[in-house]
Amino acid sequence: MYAQQIKTGARRLKSLAEMEPQERAFQEHVDAGSKIEPKDWMPDGYRKTLIRQISQHAHSEIVGQLPEANWISRAPTLERKAILLAKVQDEAGHGLYLYCAAETLGISRDQMLEQLHNGQAKYSSIFNYPTLTWADVGMIGWLVDGAAIMNQVPLQRCSYGPYSRAMVRVCKEESFHQRQGYDSLIKLCRHGTAAQKEMAQDALNRWWWPALMMFGPPDGESVHSAQSMAWKIKQNTNDELRQKFVDQTVPQADYLGLEVPDPDLRWNDARGSYDFGEIDWEEFHRVLGGDGPCNRQRLEDRVRAWEDGAWFRDGLMAHANKKADQKSLGRADAA
Amino acid sequence: MDAPPHANRTHSNDALFAYTLRLGDNCLVLAQRLSAWVGHAPALEEDIAVANVALDMVGQAQLWLALAADLEGQGRNADDLAYGRDAGAFRNLLLVEQPNGDYAKTLMRQFLFDAWHHPMLVALAASSETRIAEIAAKAAKEAAYHLTRSRDLVVSLGDGTGESHDRMQAALATLWPYTGEMVLADPVDEALAVTGAAPDLATLAAIWSDAVGATLTEATLVRPADGYAQRGGKQGVHSEHLGYMLAEMQFVQRAYPGGTW
Repeated sequence: MYAQQIKTGARRLKSLAEMEPQERAFQEHVDAGSKIEPKDWMPDGYRKTLIRQISQHAHSEIVGQLPEANWISRAPTLERKAILLAKVQDEAGHGLYLYCAAETLGISRDQMLEQLHNGQAKYSSIFNYPTLTWADVGMIGWLVDGAAIMNQVPLQRCSYGPYSRAMVRVCKEESFHQRQGYDSLIKLCRHGTAAQKEMAQDALNRWWWPALMMFGPPDGESVHSAQSMAWKIKQNTNDELRQKFVDQTVPQADYLGLEVPDPDLRWNDARGSYDFGEIDWEEFHRVLGGDGPCNRQRLEDRVRAWEDGAWFRDGLMAHANKKADQKSLGRADAA
Repeated sequence: MDAPPHANRTHSNDALFAYTLRLGDNCLVLAQRLSAWVGHAPALEEDIAVANVALDMVGQAQLWLALAADLEGQGRNADDLAYGRDAGAFRNLLLVEQPNGDYAKTLMRQFLFDAWHHPMLVALAASSETRIAEIAAKAAKEAAYHLTRSRDLVVSLGDGTGESHDRMQAALATLWPYTGEMVLADPVDEALAVTGAAPDLATLAAIWSDAVGATLTEATLVRPADGYAQRGGKQGVHSEHLGYMLAEMQFVQRAYPGGTW
C-alpha cells in the first residue's frame, strides 16, 4: 500500500488491565470508535506509528508524481494531457495535506523530507517501477489508484482525526483518478487499434503483480499489524484487502479483453472469490530494500529537486524576513 | 449612436486563423515547457502551482486551437493542430519556447509573458469577434492569477538573497531579447487591429513596459537595455529548441497513427 510494513514499536499487545490509567482511558476511547485529536494524550508508540505511516503515505504521493509526470509531455491528446496534469497536481496536493496531518504529531515537513532523502523513510514499492508506455499511465490509474482506494477507504475511519479527515478528501479524488485511468484503457482496448491493445496488455503484464504487492505481505502473526488494528489505525488485514482488490479488478480486466498474467487465477465458487497465484515476495523485499528498477532514479530526482531548489526557498525566506523587518521598523517608528 | 469604425469591415479568415493559432500555440508551448517541472520543482507548493498554471494553459490552448481549426475549415480539430504540425507551422512567440533553464529562468519567462498575456486577453475580451472575446474573457481570469503569482515571485527572488537576485538578473538578461516580438506588429496584427478584432500592439507595448519596469524596480533588478528584438516565431521561423519539444510531444500520435486515445 502507500504505507507498507509499518513498525509500531510493540513487542506484544497489552491488555486493558495491564495499562496505566491514562493509556487505558485512551484505549477505551479508541475502542468506543471516538477520534484522537492532536492535543489529546496518546501513547508514544501510537504517535510514532502514525508519523511513520502518514509520512510514508505522503512520501508515496510525492515520489508517485514522478512515474506519471514522465508522460505529461507525451500525452497523446490535449484532453489527456490536461487530465494527467490535474491528476499529478492532485497527488502533490495529497502529499501536502498528509504532511500537514503528520505535522500535528510534532514533526516538521523538513524533517520528514530529510528522512526521505537520506533513505531512512520509505515510500510505496510501486513507484519504483518504470512507466514505459502511454498505457502505463492508464494502468497506474486503474490498478495503483484502485489498490490505494481499497486501503484508504477504511483509513477514513482511522482513529486519528486529522488522518481520517485527510483520507475523506483523498478518497474522493482517487476514485476519480481510477475512473479516468480505466476510461483511458477502455479507449485503448475497446476502441483502439491492435497495436494499442497490445500496448495495454504489455502494461498489465508488468503492473499486475507489483499492484498486488502494494498491500504488503500477509500479516500472519505480525505484532505490528495487531497493534495497529488495536489502535484502529489499520482496519483490515493485508490479505483481506488484496482479495477484495482481485475480486473487483478481474472482471474489469475481462471487460477490457485483457488477460491477467496469472495462470493460477480462477473463480472459486465455494469461497465466492478468485483464487490467485503465489506472489513473488522476494521481488517485493528487493524493491522495498532499494533494488527495484527505479529506486535510485526516483530518489535522485527528489534529492536533486530539493538541493537545486535551496536558493529558491532561501530567497523567498530572505524576502519574507526583510518584509517582516520593515513592518516592525514601521511600527517602531509609529510608536 | 454612430456605429464603431470597424462595424462594417470584415477580415479574411486567414488572418483570424493565423491570429488564433498564435494565441493557442503560445499557450500550448508554454504549457509543455512548464510540465517538465511537475514533480521536480523546488518546493511542493511549486509542484502544485506549476502544474496548475500548465493546466490552465492547456485548457486555453484547447479553446484557441479549436477556434483556429474551425476558422480554417479544413476539417482539422485542436488535436490535429497540436499533434500534426511540424515546427514551421507553429506560430508561438520565441519567448515561450525558450528552454526552462533553472527555476529562475522559468519564472522570469513566465513573468515576462504574463505581463503581456494578461493585458492582451483583457483587450481581446472586447474584441469585435465574439468567439475571440468569449475565450479571452475566460482566459483573462486565469492569466490575472498567473501574473500575480509570477510577479510576486520575481519581486521576492529579485529582492531575496544575493544568489536569488543574481539568478533572476541572469535570467532577465538571457530572455530580454525575446520580449520585443510580443509587441512588434506584423501584417496579421495590423489587419486585426484595424477591424477591432485585436488590440493595437503599440498600446499594449506601453502597458507591458510600465508593468515590467515597476516590477523590476521593486525586485531590485536592472532593466536590460533594449537591443535587437529576436523575432520570427509568429511567422513560423523558430529557434532550434522547438523541433525537439514537438518530437517529444507528438511522439505517441506519430508512433501509433490512427489510434483512439
